[in-house]
Amino acid sequence: MTTPDSLAQSEYKYGFVTDIEEETAPRGLTEDTIRWISAKKNEPEFMLEWRLRAFKHFMTLVENHQEPKWANVHYPPIDFENGVYYAAPKTNPASLEDVDAEILSTYEKLGIPLEEQKRLAGVAVDAVFDSVSVATTFKETLGKQGIIFGSFADAVQEHPDLVKKYLGSVVPYTDNFYAALNAAVFSDGSFCYIPKGVRCPLELSTYFRINAAESGQFERTLLIADEGSYVSYLEGCSAPMRDTNQLHAAVVELVAMENAEIKYSTIQNWYPGDENGVGGIFNFVTKRAKAAGNNSKISWTQVETGSAITWKYPSVLLQGDNSIGEFYSVALTRGYQQADTGTKMTHIGANSRSKIISKGISAGHGSNTYRGLVKIMPKAANARNFTQCDSLLIGDQCGAHTVPYVEVQNSSAHLEHEAFTSKVSEEQLFYCRQRGMSSEDANSLIINGFCKEVFQQLPFEFAVEATRLLEVSLEGSVG
Amino acid sequence: MAQQTATQEQKYVEAWKTSIAGDSPNVPDSIRTLRESAIARFSELGFPTTRRGNEEWKYTDVRGIASAEYGSLVPSPTNRVVTKTLDQHIMGGSVWNRLVFVDGHWLPELSWLPSLPAEVTVISLAKAMSTEPGLVANDLAQHASYQESGFTALNTAFLQDGALIAVPDNVEIEEPIHLIFLSSGNGDGSVSHPRTLVTLGAHAKATVIESYGGPVDGPYLTNAVSEFVVGPGAHLETFHLQQHGKQANHIGSKQVKLANDSSFVAGAFDFGGTLSRNTLSVALEGAGSSCNLYGLYMTNDSQHVDNQVLVDHAAPHTTSRQLYKGVLNGHSRGVFHGSITVRQVAQKTDALQMDKNLLLSDDAEADTKPALWIYADDVKCGHGATCGKLDETAMFYLRSRGLDEASARRMLIHAFANEILDNVGLTPLRVHLEQFVTSSLRFEEQQ
Amino acid sequence: MLEIRNLTASVGGNQVLNGINLSIQAGTVHAIMGPNGSGKSTLSNVLAGHPQYIVDGGEVLFDGVDLLAMPPEERARAGIFLCFQHPVEVPGVRMDHFMRAGYNAIHKSHDEEELDPIQFDRILKDKAKIVEIDPLLLKRNVNEGFSGGEKKRNEILQMAMLEPKLSILDEPDSGLDVDSLRIVAEGINQLRSPDKAVLLITHYQRILNYVVPDVVNVLINGRIVRSGGKELAAEIEANGYEGQGEALQPSA
Repeated sequence: MTTPDSLAQSEYKYGFVTDIEEETAPRGLTEDTIRWISAKKNEPEFMLEWRLRAFKHFMTLVENHQEPKWANVHYPPIDFENGVYYAAPKTNPASLEDVDAEILSTYEKLGIPLEEQKRLAGVAVDAVFDSVSVATTFKETLGKQGIIFGSFADAVQEHPDLVKKYLGSVVPYTDNFYAALNAAVFSDGSFCYIPKGVRCPLELSTYFRINAAESGQFERTLLIADEGSYVSYLEGCSAPMRDTNQLHAAVVELVAMENAEIKYSTIQNWYPGDENGVGGIFNFVTKRAKAAGNNSKISWTQVETGSAITWKYPSVLLQGDNSIGEFYSVALTRGYQQADTGTKMTHIGANSRSKIISKGISAGHGSNTYRGLVKIMPKAANARNFTQCDSLLIGDQCGAHTVPYVEVQNSSAHLEHEAFTSKVSEEQLFYCRQRGMSSEDANSLIINGFCKEVFQQLPFEFAVEATRLLEVSLEGSVG
Repeated sequence: MAQQTATQEQKYVEAWKTSIAGDSPNVPDSIRTLRESAIARFSELGFPTTRRGNEEWKYTDVRGIASAEYGSLVPSPTNRVVTKTLDQHIMGGSVWNRLVFVDGHWLPELSWLPSLPAEVTVISLAKAMSTEPGLVANDLAQHASYQESGFTALNTAFLQDGALIAVPDNVEIEEPIHLIFLSSGNGDGSVSHPRTLVTLGAHAKATVIESYGGPVDGPYLTNAVSEFVVGPGAHLETFHLQQHGKQANHIGSKQVKLANDSSFVAGAFDFGGTLSRNTLSVALEGAGSSCNLYGLYMTNDSQHVDNQVLVDHAAPHTTSRQLYKGVLNGHSRGVFHGSITVRQVAQKTDALQMDKNLLLSDDAEADTKPALWIYADDVKCGHGATCGKLDETAMFYLRSRGLDEASARRMLIHAFANEILDNVGLTPLRVHLEQFVTSSLRFEEQQ
Repeated sequence: MLEIRNLTASVGGNQVLNGINLSIQAGTVHAIMGPNGSGKSTLSNVLAGHPQYIVDGGEVLFDGVDLLAMPPEERARAGIFLCFQHPVEVPGVRMDHFMRAGYNAIHKSHDEEELDPIQFDRILKDKAKIVEIDPLLLKRNVNEGFSGGEKKRNEILQMAMLEPKLSILDEPDSGLDVDSLRIVAEGINQLRSPDKAVLLITHYQRILNYVVPDVVNVLINGRIVRSGGKELAAEIEANGYEGQGEALQPSA
């Protein structure tokens, strides 16, 4: 058997660089940077004002050293005042036909062809390249049903009322350090609105690609499902291999009205850094959903295999009576990756229910922390929660940590939490090998079984992708 | 705000000066030095706050303790204890060994050691400081660090008396040693700092019960620190029984160190007081060592009970079990933070942790944080937590057999508590606990 | 087919096998009988290559090749099948997926065709009938929630799918009711053929009424103390294992 010490870093397949001319914001973070970005986007006054308020708030946080330190992750200080906060391809395509061939081929290499004849059937894609959305497919098909899907920048121009109404309504810029930074400098992202009673016929998907060498990526996603609507949304991401750390500080806000359902899936595959822990993305992301209406449902599914550091807690405010919140997560850390991830389920409405299934896998020198909060507010009569967070350890240099918080203020609530940590059992491995499987295949089979409950939540094509990604990521880690 | 805090701490620093001035000339220099550095550390640390980022005190606010105007910060030795108060804590008739302390000072006239093997030392710390300098120097304040905790620093700064139990190698004590720490509540509220040191040599065996109490009404503060050092192959069973008066505050910290193949059992019962905060920290330092920690907290009105149970697996083949249960009524709040740390060397660790809460009232609150920190791969670790009300199906079942609702509730609550009580093998203690549970349930029914 | 020579082995630091000698020819069924703790399960685990069982001495040749040098999967691919006494559960992995993964791994190593799920399912369903297993059971996670009898029948089903040269059955009869015992025994009998061999390990003679052995070996304290025909099983059933150990003493 391969010893954990010989743990090889499997190759990162998405590490190439697209050679393209890009326009970047001047280095630094001042009020002028904010004005520059807002002007670049030709934004209405309300957007600039909101950004400036967020910027002022962020600067007070910086001055008072309010950068969050409680997570179980370690990294050198980030010089926020010396970053590059905007980078975009110089050409500004009017339609898909005008998109730079280099960019098209980039997405094709990533397995997301944008041209009409090659598109994935049943999936509409918004492609975000560094700070801007470069293309959205199936826009017209969706438009026929009144569904708005496209870049955030377009939504600001075309649907300012919707943006004004919902922007910051779930994650205000005062929420946390990175949410404040994002609100000040965010450049683009996806916007989606599903009208009343519409069941979105396609999977909606955003693919985020960081290409520029020095910029961070600060996108913002806002997704509103109006009464009785349904949407399944998926995001993917990757970045070139570079030996400096790049910051990705996104914000995702979801709103589900009465009887609406949003299923939000993430396959996160940012560059994790090399075998010595050099380089990689700092993925500091705020994701929160408001199950605002009665009988609304939010389901988060995430497969986190990339990033040098992951800091994210996709959460649900269960505001409506009978609302449902779910969180399914697989987080893998290997090499020197660190992840501190989990969820917050805040039960406000009566009969609200939540379910948390978290599967952490640690290999190499990886550090994996589940951190979660289940809070039952006084009015959440008959609220229910079930939480299961299991960890699998591969090798004796890694760490697996579980830090759940349970706060109950209503006696009719019922909560169950369980967690187990172990390694792949020797008996299971032997059983598989006795049936002829190699030890690597046996490990992979058992680890996939460990993640099954989460993978089952993904749309079919992405479940296959997630399984493969996990296998590739673990190559050489076990054996 | 900061200024105000400074004055709160200043009261104790001033009181400390009075206290140390009153020390007998027999007190060794080492103790004086210890007390001096502890008060200095207390001044630096101050009382803990619930400030954001202070995870340890996230759910427990001790501003009320810090700002309380206790009249007697350095209570003088007294035997003015209502006999009734003491009687409530007496167990084991004339067989158990018993040391009684009032406001932290030993009361020889109420103590009684009928069944001790000659080799065993059971003595007040004040006396031990002159008669057993070796024992004191080796272990006192060597395990409960006052560097991190303001309350432990305060206890150490005021260290004058307490209990010392030393069991030599291969000696087994049959009958329990019962330490009763009472507060007088005199002088508009006494503040006491009970201190316990228990050391067991190799293959020794002992049972130690710590009882805490005081007058039913009137404010007082008990700030206790205990150190338990368990030698190779030794077995120590301990009980913590907190039955303070209604307005009492209790802060307690117990530090346990376990050598190879030793085992440690701790049963914790918190019933009284307004605010009660216990830290039980067990270091499994020797290979093959194990601990079994369980507890029951039953609260009503605006009581607040916080149990911090920290288990550190620092050696291979170590085992730990934690099971805490809470029955929360009225406006009360139960907090449980259990932590299991498995260090890289601690392969073959087997650790389990469980907290279960029963909420009997809409205004009660339970906050639970069961954490695992695991750095070794060949381990079996798990934790669980549940929270809910009485099972409706079970209620229905009992009522369908003819029980009225109140009796059915009582029976189910008692059954919930029994999972903890069943661990208690000492009959007098078991009877004592049963009586408490029964009477508190009767009280619940009357409400 | 299988040559065991002076095999000694230990588990958890205790020596359990104290010099096993056994020769199994193709086409035969060997029974190994022994009381609890005699080393029966150790022998089967050692032959299948369980990493916790340490071989201290001796050798095992399988078709003339050194078996002990092979990792467990190579032994499986060479045609050794262990029917586990206590098959382990594998959460999240479906039984039929698991079986196909093993089937294809073995076939691939022989440069034989691998089967897609549909082809595999067809064969699996046929074989499932032999052991009277509900095909729905095979959509559940590996051994999870299976009854004792289902686990055993499921092991026999896997054996039937993989068609091993040498089947080692570790107490396939333990904990079975009469019906399950009959089904398991029939499954084993269907596999008997001139080019295959069976090593049947059991505590009781009961299953040998259904699967009639060519040779019965008695294992006591990690040694084979007696060998004989099927009548030896009946003798043990009548008189117990008491006294069997001494039979060896003069020649040991």
